[in-house]
Amino acid sequence: MREKTLKYLMTFHTTSGAIAMEKYCKEASAPGRLIPVPRQITAGCGMAWCSLPEKKGEAQSVAREHKLDVDGEYELMI
Amino acid sequence: MIYLDNAATTLHKPKMVIDAVVKALESLGNCARGTYESSLQAGRTIYDAREKAASLFGCKQADHVVFTANSTEALNMAIQGLVVSGDHVISSDLEHNSVLRPLYLMEKRGVELSFVKADKDGKIEIVDFEKLIKENTKMIVCTHASNVTGNVVDIANVGAIARKHGLFFVVDASQTAGVIPIDMESMGIDVLCFTGHKSMMAPQGTGGLCVREGIVIRPLVVGGSGIRTYEKEHPANYPTALEAGTLNGHGIAGLDAGITFINQTGMANIYEKEIRLARRFYEGVKGIPEVVIYGDFSNWNRAPIISLNIGEYDSSEVSDELSERFEIATRPGAHCAPRMHEALKTVEQGVVRFSFSYFNTDEEVDVAIQAVRTLAEE
Repeated sequence: MREKTLKYLMTFHTTSGAIAMEKYCKEASAPGRLIPVPRQITAGCGMAWCSLPEKKGEAQSVAREHKLDVDGEYELMI
Repeated sequence: MIYLDNAATTLHKPKMVIDAVVKALESLGNCARGTYESSLQAGRTIYDAREKAASLFGCKQADHVVFTANSTEALNMAIQGLVVSGDHVISSDLEHNSVLRPLYLMEKRGVELSFVKADKDGKIEIVDFEKLIKENTKMIVCTHASNVTGNVVDIANVGAIARKHGLFFVVDASQTAGVIPIDMESMGIDVLCFTGHKSMMAPQGTGGLCVREGIVIRPLVVGGSGIRTYEKEHPANYPTALEAGTLNGHGIAGLDAGITFINQTGMANIYEKEIRLARRFYEGVKGIPEVVIYGDFSNWNRAPIISLNIGEYDSSEVSDELSERFEIATRPGAHCAPRMHEALKTVEQGVVRFSFSYFNTDEEVDVAIQAVRTLAEE
């Protein structure tokens, strides 16, 4: 298995929100990708936006700008 | 065959729709079931279609575009999900059974109904909606255009009445979505129900409803959602709230392409061609002895539909002869619109409906005119 590193995760109430996050992050060149929600998190949607902790400002900015249905934010060793 | 039953479904689909469905069948997984590429690609395609539909209909939020199998399902969701026993609902004689039967079902559950009456030309007066409002009125539901006569209803004015009195306004856009402009905001529409397989040129099995922010619709169906697995209740967030089970991702890929085709071609260009063909047909048949045309032709604010009868002939007989002798596809009978046929006095005879698409031609219309003339002369 891969070595665990600290990651920033943003979760969403719906799949639609997660997919929208991916789309708008791509448009904004905000780094990251969708991953299955790790078991440490109780999230609405089964997908989470995963990025590096130092990039969370960019993710938050995208989510805010597009009024996405964010469920929670986390920093986890995964 | 000359296909003139486009109000039932558009037979000729744009190449890009066919290509999109084939590509989807070859590559899409199940949306929301994983973060591997084919599942994500399904999610992206569906989300893109939500955004395009939201933009097409003036729905402020893409996540308030809910996909269903057709407009009947969407209308059932809206009608059964917004009113309860003791509420009063206003509708019209123009409606299809996709509106009427859910309403009659709710009537059995204690909902009161009133209908704006259509005259002998199938015309309604918009002010009549306001006249029927009572203390317990909760909702107005009406079609954007009659599927029998093609006449368009001034839904912006109906929406203004609904808004003035604080009523839900649900619109059946089955005959107009994709060909006649709709803007939920300026028209005061709370729930817009549409089908994909008619003027949106998408595959059958696609459709949906666009819901205004703040409108809560009780779900008809609950189940798998890909999210909140351990909760006993179905999630309340749109669009998941009304989308239980696997979505028709392959069909929605076609819907996405259908909207792209409309945007690229221009809805105004599509409408202009379709209505020109309908008008050509109308001008060609209106003077033929024994031909009776139904609807209000005082203006051309209409969907591209012309319905007629020849003398006292059964509409089924005429439609069958058009098919067998002339290879022209039309729709006879009652068109699932019983109240409209009662208004037109065509319950016994039915009518023969000719409906035109962007892919029909002047030549096809001329053949149809000549066929009607031949039958009328015999």
